Amino acid sequence: MTWRGRLVPYWLLAPGLLWLVVFFVVPMYFMGELALRSGSLISGYTFDWAWSNFPDSLSGHTEQIVRSFYYAGTATLLALLIAYPLAYAIAFRAGRYKALLLFAVIAPFFTTYLIRTIAWKTILSDSSPVVSVLQTLSLVPPDGRVLATSGAVIAGLTYNFLPFMILPLYANLERLDLRLIEAAKDLYSSSRQAFLKVTLPLTMPGIVAGVLLTFIPAFGDYVNAQILGGTGQAMVGNVIQSLYLNQRNYPEAAALSFLMMALILAIVMVYIRFAGTGAFMGDEEESA
Amino acid sequence: MAFPSRAWAWLRRNALPIYAGLAVAYMLIPIVVIAVFSFGATPKGKLTFGLDNGFTTEYWRSAFSLPDLNEALFTSLRLAVLATAISTVIGTLMAIALVRHRFRGRRLTNLLIVIPMATPEVVIGASLLSMFIYYSFALGFGTLLIAHVMFSISFVVVVVRSRLIGFDRHLEEAAADLGATPLATFRTVTLPLLAPGIMAAALLAFSLSIDDFVISNFNSGTTVTFPLYVYGVSLRGVPVQVNVLATMLFGLIAVAVSLVLWQQRRAEKMASVRPEQEGAPIPMPGAAVAT
Repeated sequence: MTWRGRLVPYWLLAPGLLWLVVFFVVPMYFMGELALRSGSLISGYTFDWAWSNFPDSLSGHTEQIVRSFYYAGTATLLALLIAYPLAYAIAFRAGRYKALLLFAVIAPFFTTYLIRTIAWKTILSDSSPVVSVLQTLSLVPPDGRVLATSGAVIAGLTYNFLPFMILPLYANLERLDLRLIEAAKDLYSSSRQAFLKVTLPLTMPGIVAGVLLTFIPAFGDYVNAQILGGTGQAMVGNVIQSLYLNQRNYPEAAALSFLMMALILAIVMVYIRFAGTGAFMGDEEESA
Repeated sequence: MAFPSRAWAWLRRNALPIYAGLAVAYMLIPIVVIAVFSFGATPKGKLTFGLDNGFTTEYWRSAFSLPDLNEALFTSLRLAVLATAISTVIGTLMAIALVRHRFRGRRLTNLLIVIPMATPEVVIGASLLSMFIYYSFALGFGTLLIAHVMFSISFVVVVVRSRLIGFDRHLEEAAADLGATPLATFRTVTLPLLAPGIMAAALLAFSLSIDDFVISNFNSGTTVTFPLYVYGVSLRGVPVQVNVLATMLFGLIAVAVSLVLWQQRRAEKMASVRPEQEGAPIPMPGAAVAT
């Protein structure tokens, strides 16, 4: 190939790469720079290698950080429990309703995330029949409420990120070679054994991808905690949002946000190291 | 006692479909609630559950009667159309480079596309704001457009790339054999065949943009988009017109998605018909008349 021909891919990539570098990578640098400043909103923030912002931002918000792990972890687990049987049913039992069910799975994306969450607020509000049913079943004390509790925030997170769990699981299950399960049954394994020893290990890549794609956005979310939670349900995302936009304590906000990015980048890099970029790209052809 | 045990057996046999049905219902509940409540009469300033106060089409008739809401929706539409156009072009070019070319820096490029998708929105919003603060950049429509294009690119690349991988290159070779220049081949063969994939990607970019709240909240300045408007009024109580517009948008996107899916399926069917298949009857004009 001529050197001109070899340049073609770079010309095709140039606008996109430029956009992603200038507006995704470079801003991370400025966030780091902001995190090393000190001062106050009135006197202005000046850069002076204020490393202490990092430990300070962690120790000042331990409660919200622990809560974020707890909420996002629980929501991810619940999403997995809901999504696995559903993805399995769509992949193997749906017949001609397959396309319709997949359509239903992505349908929530056609309405605004915020409005969906506000709809949940209405559904879980004190006067709603859902809450009276829960009260009748003694799942909620007679004078208790659902809104502004941990349960409401976790339910909201589970709901909002469920499609991110279903889609990778479905993609994985659909590729599953059913003959392997037949073989297990021919060799006298029970349905349960076949599931535990064949299906489950073979769908592990889908489970891991789904868990990551659900946990990461749930961990950083602040909309659910803000709308469905009360004052005692704030997550890290709420802290970052409030420090940046309300209190304008930029250094501390940037430090906390930088640490969150570092944590998530570490998780993603470990994952990509083992599984490649395929799961995020929607296929297995690519391995980085 | 025959009946309960039979019922139990039926329940066990159908446990999976029942569970799946419940899960799908769970996913659709808020959408149904939004649509139903758009017909609900609500006394002013009072939030009630259900249609206790009766059914009304009043809010559908007055859907566009709130000037602030109209302006926010118009801003969102303008933003989504622009962001979609830019990110779809840029993303499609990137996808073509990734699938059709082998070059140094491929792995790094893949990484750069994947990581923004795996980054929490709050971090994307915060880091962009950090840069804009550093340069004292005026926040507004411009910064929103920058942000929306940025987070849409990766998704466009993923969608178009998956279409390109399953692409039959023989058709392009045929065009080249018949003397078409590379550019003419691209324009008359590649692009039309790729169109359903590009449409799907554009649709995804559009719904991501019109839906975005978190990143916009950081970088909007005083510009108000549809989700930002909803957030602003959510503390006082959301006007019913929001439900109406959300339902309209849902219908619009659902129809567009169905069309793209239908088009894709048709394209796949057409691609699977091969005239050289052995034993397949070759349709001849007049053959039906002869028999």
